[in-house]
Amino acid sequence: MSQTTGAARSFSGPAWAEGLRRALPITLGYVPVGFAFGVLAVKNGIPAGLAVAMAVLMFSGSGQFVFASLWGGGAGILSTAAAVGIVNLRYLLMSAAESPWLSRLPRAQRFLLGLGLTDETFAVHITALQEGWTLNAATMYVCNSTTHLSWVGGCAIGAFCGNLVNDVRPLGLDYAITAMFLALLVPQCASRLHVLVAVFTGALSVALKAGGMSQWNVAVATVAGASLGLALSLRARRGAPEEAA
Amino acid sequence: MSDWLLWLRGHETLLLCVGAATFVTVLPKVLPVTFLRGDCLPPLLRRWLDFVPVAVMAALVGPDIFIYNGRFDLSTDNLFLMVSIPTFLVAWKTKNYFVTIAVGIGLVILARWAGFV
Repeated sequence: MSQTTGAARSFSGPAWAEGLRRALPITLGYVPVGFAFGVLAVKNGIPAGLAVAMAVLMFSGSGQFVFASLWGGGAGILSTAAAVGIVNLRYLLMSAAESPWLSRLPRAQRFLLGLGLTDETFAVHITALQEGWTLNAATMYVCNSTTHLSWVGGCAIGAFCGNLVNDVRPLGLDYAITAMFLALLVPQCASRLHVLVAVFTGALSVALKAGGMSQWNVAVATVAGASLGLALSLRARRGAPEEAA
Repeated sequence: MSDWLLWLRGHETLLLCVGAATFVTVLPKVLPVTFLRGDCLPPLLRRWLDFVPVAVMAALVGPDIFIYNGRFDLSTDNLFLMVSIPTFLVAWKTKNYFVTIAVGIGLVILARWAGFV
């Protein structure tokens, strides 16, 4: 069914090793970002233990940052929850996009794997599936729990001993997640249509965020970009009926 | 135990707030994948969903690169933009996941070491 990207890769070796392989670059980014969240949360009046609990329960970088800054600014429950909900709308799209690939797993497993969904775990799993990886739930569990652990660990260090660590910027890890998305996005652009969708969506997301829509930008741009991709692919198919997607 | 209860009472609003935020975070993550019958979605929806990965990654990485220190920045002061150009080329030419990430992080380390803020 789906487009497979040009860069074929072999998925040999044990399932857990593949899970760790996927988790490694993500944890490089999660530890320092989690650390930054821990520091910010305590600075905004959230007790350290509760900051760590948020990392366990929410496992959502952008959601937690929005929460901490709104709480620090004195926003109420409803407005905080609404803002976090808006930031997290993109998960609906990712979770739905994962569903055809996971459909042969039992519902309880799909639920558990859904709990581990983040921007980063979604990106690595869906890319592997598109590259022809045969679904293995163990790999996904190992990757999701390793990254979750590193996120909670980073948050805990930041919340409980944020003053012990100086500037982490010389380590360059604030670029780890960006580099990972570039490394995943470029092979995604296997056709002109995909390049077009990526450029359009990226530009729209930047424009929305620069224009002040910093909580809606990812979800709105993704919906617009995927719709553009669908419309163009339908038009192309009408032109050449036997061309596969 | 009263200490613990006192702590809970003292943070009642915050705890409720964390509960609400957890709810609105977990629901969108689990609802579709748990309840959508992914293998019998309408074909149009499925085609649309096929474009979600490339779109969502572009939507996430775009602001990471072009918005630096809180504002849109196309100048050479934008370290992440400057680093992303060679990193993109490495990703394109090598198609190697780990090499791309290592080059990207390495360039940021070098630039900061050289005094680039």
